[in-house]
Amino acid sequence: MNKQQNKEHAPGKGHGNRGNMLDVLFTSAARICALLVLLIIIAIMASLFMGAWPALRKFGLSFLTSAEWNPVTEQFGALVAIYGTIVTSIIAMVIGVPVSFGIAIFITELCPAWLKRPVSTAIELLAAIPSIIYGMWGLFVFAPFFGDYIEPWISDHLGELPFIGPFFSGPPLGIGVLTAGIILGIMVIPFMAAVFRDLFEVVPPVLKESAYGIGATTWEVIRNIVLPYTKTGVVGGIMLGLGRALGETMAVTFVIGNADRLETSLLMPGNTISSSLANQFTEAVGEIYTSSLIALGLILFLITFIVLSFAKFFLLRLTLKEGAKT
Amino acid sequence: MKTNTLLAGLALLAACFIICPGAWAADKMSAISGAGATFPYPVYAKWASAYYKLTGIKMNYQSIGSGGGIKQVKAKTVDFGASDAPLKPKELEKSGLIQFPMIMGGVVPVVNLRGIEPGQIRLSNRLMADIYLGKVRKWNDERIKAENPGLSLPGRTITVVHRADGSGTTWIFTNYLSKVSPQWKEKVGSAKAVAWPAGIGGKGNEGVASYVKRISGSIGYVEYAYALQNHLTYVKLKNREGAYVEPNSKTFQSAAANADWENARGFYMVLTDQPGKDSWPITGASFILMHKVQQRPDVARAALKFFDWCYKKGPKMAEKLDYVPMPMKVVDLVEKTWKNEIKDSSGNPVWP
Repeated sequence: MNKQQNKEHAPGKGHGNRGNMLDVLFTSAARICALLVLLIIIAIMASLFMGAWPALRKFGLSFLTSAEWNPVTEQFGALVAIYGTIVTSIIAMVIGVPVSFGIAIFITELCPAWLKRPVSTAIELLAAIPSIIYGMWGLFVFAPFFGDYIEPWISDHLGELPFIGPFFSGPPLGIGVLTAGIILGIMVIPFMAAVFRDLFEVVPPVLKESAYGIGATTWEVIRNIVLPYTKTGVVGGIMLGLGRALGETMAVTFVIGNADRLETSLLMPGNTISSSLANQFTEAVGEIYTSSLIALGLILFLITFIVLSFAKFFLLRLTLKEGAKT
Repeated sequence: MKTNTLLAGLALLAACFIICPGAWAADKMSAISGAGATFPYPVYAKWASAYYKLTGIKMNYQSIGSGGGIKQVKAKTVDFGASDAPLKPKELEKSGLIQFPMIMGGVVPVVNLRGIEPGQIRLSNRLMADIYLGKVRKWNDERIKAENPGLSLPGRTITVVHRADGSGTTWIFTNYLSKVSPQWKEKVGSAKAVAWPAGIGGKGNEGVASYVKRISGSIGYVEYAYALQNHLTYVKLKNREGAYVEPNSKTFQSAAANADWENARGFYMVLTDQPGKDSWPITGASFILMHKVQQRPDVARAALKFFDWCYKKGPKMAEKLDYVPMPMKVVDLVEKTWKNEIKDSSGNPVWP
């Protein structure tokens, strides 16, 4: 291969030089693009930090632990928003991950060939729906249904249980942290399902067929062949979904109830970081108020960063363990 | 060869950059630019298009929110700013601005109670505050019953709905609550967004309205035009004179006419809880902000001419959109202020 290339470039020195030059140009362009991303991230981080500095200086660590958000007295704390962001994302993952797995397994392993195309296309279409549509659907269709039929049942049956009871009691408004989490779950499903499907499809059929050949069930094939083969990608897919859930704004704003109070019950209204930002940024006046909102943005940035680092760390440990085993 | 083409291209680009701003500036002479509050945007846009047809003078208004409007007029990137909440005289002086009221609207409490028609339920100012403080929790509370003899009220829990986004509507509403309830003033206060002691937050008027429509036993507050156009069940309020009033343009105008504008420095006047038997207690005006010293007096004059036209020829259009025009008495005061306060850089009055 190499020889052939050399032969091709051999006639005419100028041509070779030109090729070299283009190559250098291309490498440096690619390098600049990559560095640009890094530079942009650092710049975002720096400007967020500079914007957030007045609030961080004034409130210190209590910005993270205070549940008070009062624009009148200019006392700000991020606890309610952080709690809401994390809890809604957890609910979304609890719903989204198993369902996406189910969808992907169905499409790659169980689905009759004629159904494969329509189901796959439907998922891709779901992924293309703008988030405001999910928000409006959530507010006008899902929240009324949820508040009238599901939440009374939840609060009657689960609200009485020990330990988890307090999380599921309260008036059935249809609007609140749980509703927001479920909407988020529905929103992340198409993303994760599409990634999982693509991943499962690249598993060499030889491996799967051998497993089936020695009498493995579908579940065993998934558990012992497909998942180990694709785990890096699966974790990546989950992170993609989690990233979307953490940062989603419009859909959450519509259904979460936007109340800056810390409530145990998931049926009560709450707030998330991105929804606070979307609601309050345009009309925020005064240095501390604006700066506190920017500090919220910084915290969201850090949460995403921590989640991603954790995922990388997790993957690293996974591969290390594997090395030890063999 | 290639380099030449490249150079030529660059030169062309550079020429564009040099020429374009000139062309743009020339164009600007016949255009007035403003930015700010979203609440009056529909009527400003309507006035602007009518005025353009009449005179060929363009008025560009960006409804980016009051906060943004104030920032932009201070930075002189626009000819005027607009704010739903008046600036304090001190702040006006500090940044060399004057303000004047342009158009009015009201905030209307709306409820969702089965079998109760618009205007049927009556509440006192103090009750409104106690409901929003979370102190009155049931619709069949003795105090609500006392205001509504003969009305059968359900034993439902009251769900309070408020705005989630920072807004002038909230500013007017919380200003009203602070005036009528010392406890509200002390515990919560008034601003475009506050720490609500109870309830859930909807985004925008439509968010509040849809929550109220959805949740049986809820109470919320929306702009008058919004309540009217969506046929929401509004509340009759007992004003400071003890009279029950319905929200309509007559009761808003009464609040504006009875307000003591002449003694309000810098037109710092909030129309909540005003005297007068017919006055709706949650009325508010939207304000225009301009610099006292105008670097470009011709543009300032064009803007003032436009505002003058709006005051005099605009009321019909405003009423059609369910806004309430300023009373003539106030307009005269405003135009007197223009004459006395807005000057060009050498000190000559810009108006008339």
